Amino acid sequence: MYELHELSKVFDGGTVAVDGVSLTVGRAEQAAVIGPSGAGKTTLFRLLNLTLRPTAGRLLLDGVDTARLGEEALRRQRGRIGTIYQHHNLVGRLRVVHNVLAGNLGRWSTPRAFWSLARPRDTGQAEQALAQVGIPEKLYARTDELSGGQQQRVAVARVLVQDPDVILADEPVSSVDPSLAVTIVTLLRDLAHESRKTLLVNLHSVDLALAYFPRIIGVREGRVAFDLSPDKITEELLRGLYAGHRDEERQLEPFSHGSNPFGRACRPLPGFGQ
Amino acid sequence: MTAGPAKTAPRPRAGAGTWAALAGLAALVVWSYQGVDVRLGELLGPEGLGQIAAYVARLFPPDLSAPALRSAAEGAVETFAISFVGSVLAVVIALPLAVLTTRTLLYRGILYEGQALSGRGRLARVAIYAAARALLNVLRTIPEVLWALIFVFMVGLGPFPGVLALAVHTGGVLGKLFGEVLEEVEPRPVEALMSTGASRLRILLYGVLPQAAPQFIAYALYRWEVNIRAAAVMGFVGAGGLGQRIHIAISLFLENQLLTLILTIYLMVTLVDWLSGHLRRRLV
Amino acid sequence: MAPTPSGAPVDRFPASVSKPAFPWLLTGAFLLTLWASLRLAEVDPGKLLDPDALGNVARFARESVPPDLTPHFLGLMLRPLVETVQISVMGTVIAVLIGLPLGLLATSSLTWSGILHERQTRWGRVLLGLMPYAVSRAVLSAFRSIPEYVWAFMFVRAVGLGPFPGVLAIGVAYGGILGKVYSEILENVDPRPLEALHAQGASKAGIVLYGVLPQTVPLFVSYTLYRWECAIRASAILGFVGAGGLGQQVELSMRMFQFNEVLTLLMLLFALVAAVDFVSARLRGRIARP
Repeated sequence: MYELHELSKVFDGGTVAVDGVSLTVGRAEQAAVIGPSGAGKTTLFRLLNLTLRPTAGRLLLDGVDTARLGEEALRRQRGRIGTIYQHHNLVGRLRVVHNVLAGNLGRWSTPRAFWSLARPRDTGQAEQALAQVGIPEKLYARTDELSGGQQQRVAVARVLVQDPDVILADEPVSSVDPSLAVTIVTLLRDLAHESRKTLLVNLHSVDLALAYFPRIIGVREGRVAFDLSPDKITEELLRGLYAGHRDEERQLEPFSHGSNPFGRACRPLPGFGQ
Repeated sequence: MTAGPAKTAPRPRAGAGTWAALAGLAALVVWSYQGVDVRLGELLGPEGLGQIAAYVARLFPPDLSAPALRSAAEGAVETFAISFVGSVLAVVIALPLAVLTTRTLLYRGILYEGQALSGRGRLARVAIYAAARALLNVLRTIPEVLWALIFVFMVGLGPFPGVLALAVHTGGVLGKLFGEVLEEVEPRPVEALMSTGASRLRILLYGVLPQAAPQFIAYALYRWEVNIRAAAVMGFVGAGGLGQRIHIAISLFLENQLLTLILTIYLMVTLVDWLSGHLRRRLV
Repeated sequence: MAPTPSGAPVDRFPASVSKPAFPWLLTGAFLLTLWASLRLAEVDPGKLLDPDALGNVARFARESVPPDLTPHFLGLMLRPLVETVQISVMGTVIAVLIGLPLGLLATSSLTWSGILHERQTRWGRVLLGLMPYAVSRAVLSAFRSIPEYVWAFMFVRAVGLGPFPGVLAIGVAYGGILGKVYSEILENVDPRPLEALHAQGASKAGIVLYGVLPQTVPLFVSYTLYRWECAIRASAILGFVGAGGLGQQVELSMRMFQFNEVLTLLMLLFALVAAVDFVSARLRGRIARP
């Protein structure tokens, strides 16, 4: 699906956000990306969803070099990538149905998009997506009247309507109750598995990553520190990843006893060997 | 999540009220259009544009001779002074009026729960409140230019009536704005001060005004920006400043001087806008 | 709390909290300016208590009551009243027509900065974005810095007397104000939904329709209605300088010393402004809760 060759992104001020990252992600694969804040994870995701242009290296999507694509073609490729953000990025004043149907904007012509704002078309599609995320009754509610967790589900519903080949989730649960975080992560994981979509999730919480994903990519200072399955990840590796970031190191304390508190929650998906 | 079967909420219809309002606005616009003889087609046609271009050509070049520049500078300084003093006086007028029109400071709310006023006392205060509100409305509804005319009538020509007009009108506007700020003040610090046994006046000084002050300053500085434009204009009715000189230039068809004066106004307004924005960022 | 853009942890306890110094410089400058201005503006409270001045006020008070409420006069004032309203409405309409496109161009996040232009070339940004942006900002600034009365005078010279120059004057001056406010509203739009729409492949039109407009249109309408309240006052007074409406009538009546007529006109003005304020406030209230 994705092939990254020595991908780099240097911002105008000289900040090196991503430094020579090489990765391959296959179709229908699921992986979690972890690392301290400021490590370049979000920039990496914006490179992956084609909203940022890399300053060096190549990014191939299904074998196509994205640097060669013109504006129109690029837009169509973006339509194949669905992104979920930490702050859901919905328009509060619009009703949920419009925010969900916005997933079609990559496909709809402008007049059709305009008319849908006045009278929503394909409400069945929106209802179905909302049902899949568990809140079908909120179809016509105003989006800013929903709770944070519900709004994040609306964002997931929007991605379902978009029906991309890849789902990128950039810290989707950092602003959500911890109890809800597990629900949303499993929701994403199950949806991606059912429809055989590639899933890449950027997670702040190491526990969640280790518990629910078969592949963990550790990123530090713009580079890939390690790329392993959870059972091969040692406490040392994690300490090395988060060295110097006090707040985040604290979440590694439970691991110092040599056990993974979420060990029991680790349910391998069918098809992924342990 | 809701218990029981999940039902989709019914599709909301845009209220009849909204459609009526839109229709009303549309009718208003159409009615106004045919009433005002808007000859936009004529204006933007070759003849109209030609006339405008000819007029603009007459304005250039601006008159930069020494007497013209001196007159413009004097006018600018006078206008600045008028707007400055007018704004300061406006705040002086607005503060007491704002307090008198805030019901939660006058006779309602937590300040008066512990020690209720006597029946007659309360009635008196309500009367004061009503009178203050009426006064505020009069002050701010009558436009500054009209006030300027009234004051010219009273004290004669010159910059002083301009100052009074700005003070009085802006005092009304600020009084209403300040009042809104006072109404929305946080009640908890006020409650805390009440429990220390402070008198109402002290609570006002220590609890209410400090909270409101930044917003007051912001509004006052914003109105200063408006007033510099208004001050420039009141000269039309004889209240000094750049407006008076513009009036003269127009009446005597001195278009080059007019351009000089317009450029001066532009510079003045830009300067005051910048000062006001800068002070607002620093102080608020 | 949202993480800072760089993601680095924020130091919550700065090293020292010093006692803020009294703003001597600022206070000094303020007092000096005040003293100088008082002199320049020839402020003389004594003049207010001058017997002549008070005599004038007394005369006005005596002669203006009772106000002239004869059907004849009121009928005569109907046309100027109507004209004032019409001028204000058309002036606001033209102001929107001028302010909206210029305001859109004067928004940096729509023309050259931010996520929507990340992939554009540098020259593309300067030519297609930065230059129109700078030009429209300058034009808007010129429009709103020149008071509407000056515009009215110039338009009277250019297109003749009557209500039309008043409409144009309000249109241009308020167009400048509206343009600036519109651009500020657009600059403060929440960029996150826009980023999401951009990332999923929506076209620019799609991003504007589903991301920008829902956030900004209610604010646009609300502020435009507020400007209409200001326009009604402005058009009432523009008449003073010859552009029709109630203002012209006030000037006439004052010149003829018919103070009871003046009082009637003031009352009419009052009622008109109150009516417009009321309608505008109600409409703005509805927009806040659709």
